[in-house]
Amino acid sequence: MLEVSNLACSRGDHRLFSGLNFNLHPGQIMQVQGANGSGKTSLLRTLCGFLMPDEGDIVWHGQKIGELAEEYHDEILYLGHLNAIKDELSGLENLCISAGIAGIELEEKEAVTALRRMGLRGREMLPTKVLSQGQRRRVALARLLVSDAKLWILDEPLTALDVGAVALIQELIAEHLARQGMVVFTTHQPLHVAGMEMRILALS
Amino acid sequence: MKKSSMLDLLVLVIRRDLVLAMRRRADVLTTLIFFVMVVSLFPIGVGPEMDMLRKMAAGVLWVAALLASMLSLGRLFSADYLDGTLEQMMLAPQSLSMLVLGKMAAHWMSSGLPLVLMAPVLGLQYDMSMRALGVLIVSLLLGTPVLSMLGAIGAALTLGLRGGGVLLSLLVLPLCIPVLIFGTGAVEAASSGLSIASHLSLLGALLVLALVFTPWVTAQALRISME
Repeated sequence: MLEVSNLACSRGDHRLFSGLNFNLHPGQIMQVQGANGSGKTSLLRTLCGFLMPDEGDIVWHGQKIGELAEEYHDEILYLGHLNAIKDELSGLENLCISAGIAGIELEEKEAVTALRRMGLRGREMLPTKVLSQGQRRRVALARLLVSDAKLWILDEPLTALDVGAVALIQELIAEHLARQGMVVFTTHQPLHVAGMEMRILALS
Repeated sequence: MKKSSMLDLLVLVIRRDLVLAMRRRADVLTTLIFFVMVVSLFPIGVGPEMDMLRKMAAGVLWVAALLASMLSLGRLFSADYLDGTLEQMMLAPQSLSMLVLGKMAAHWMSSGLPLVLMAPVLGLQYDMSMRALGVLIVSLLLGTPVLSMLGAIGAALTLGLRGGGVLLSLLVLPLCIPVLIFGTGAVEAASSGLSIASHLSLLGALLVLALVFTPWVTAQALRISME
C-alpha cells in the first residue's frame, strides 16, 4: 500500500503543489490530472525517489521509501517520457537489458514472446533506430509484460501509440490490477480500464 | 523469470557497454588515434635526438594517455542520461555503486586498455629499453583504471551541463596528477636502472583506494545530477 501524506514539491522557486494526500491500495488505479506544468511528472518522479519532496512523506507498506531504497526499487516499475532504449541495440537486446537492470533475468524466449504480444513480430532483431516512434514506445512498454513489480508508475504511457496499442495497454493494466497490482499514471488521452474505478488526482 | 544477483548485474552492465562501444566504434577509435597522433608528433617536432627522446618518453606517453582518456569521459554517462536509461539504473534493485563500477570497468576496457596495448609500439619510437617498455605497460595497467574512475566522478558531476567537457577536464586533471607522477616515475626509474617497486606499489595503492571510494562518490554525484 502506498500512502502519501502532506506532500509538497517545488522546482526552483516555484511551488508546484503542497498538502497532497492520497492512499493507493492493491488493485487500485489512479490518474494524475492537471494542465501542462502543474507538476504531474514531478509528482511521479518524487514517487520514484528521484526528487526529494520539500515536505511530507511517501510511505510504502508502512516504511518511508527513502529508508527502503533498493527494496522499494524492486517493487516499482517506472516508465518515463524517455524510452530508455538504445538505438544501436535490437528490441530483443533492449528488453533483456532493461529487465536485467530491473533485476530480472530474462530468457530469450520470454523476451520474444513479450515483444510479439506488443505487436513487434518480425522486428525483434532490428536495431531500434530503424523503428518508428510508436514501435520504440512499444519496445519500452514491453517491460510491463516481463516485470513483477507491484506498483507501476507510468508517465504518459500512450504517447505515439496507435488505437490498437492503446487497447493493449488498457488490457495490460487491467491484468495488472487483477493481480492486485497498483498503477499511478498521467495521460492526456482517454484511457478506460474495464470494471475498475478510476481514481482521479487533480493538480492545479 | 528469476532474480539476478549483484554480480549478474555487474556483468550485464559491462557486457552492455562493451557491445555499445563495439557498435559505435568511431568513439573508441577517436581516443586511440588521438593517443597515437600526439605521441608520434613529438619525435617529429623534437627531431631524431635519441638521448632527448629517451628522456622524455615516459612523460610524453603518460601525458598523452591522460589527455586521451579525458576525451571519452564526456560520453560515459551522457548517452544514458539523455535516453532515460540512467533513470532506470537508479531504480535498479541493487546498489547504484555496483552499476557505476560496471560502467567504469567497461569504460576502461574500451578506452584505457587499447592505450595500454598500443603504448609499447609507440615507445619504440623513443628508443625505450625492453625493461622500460615492460614497466610502462605495468604502470599504465595500474594507472589508467584510476583515470577512468576519477574521470567518472567528474562526468557524473558535470552531467547535463552545457560546455561540461571543459569543466570536466578542469575538475579531473588536477586529481590525476598523483597518477601521472608515480606512473612516469616508475618508467624513469626503470630507464635509469633504479628500483621501481615503490612507484608501482603507490600506483597499486591509488588503484585500490579508487576502487573502494570512487563508485560510491560517483553514485552520489549521479543522484544529485538527476534531481
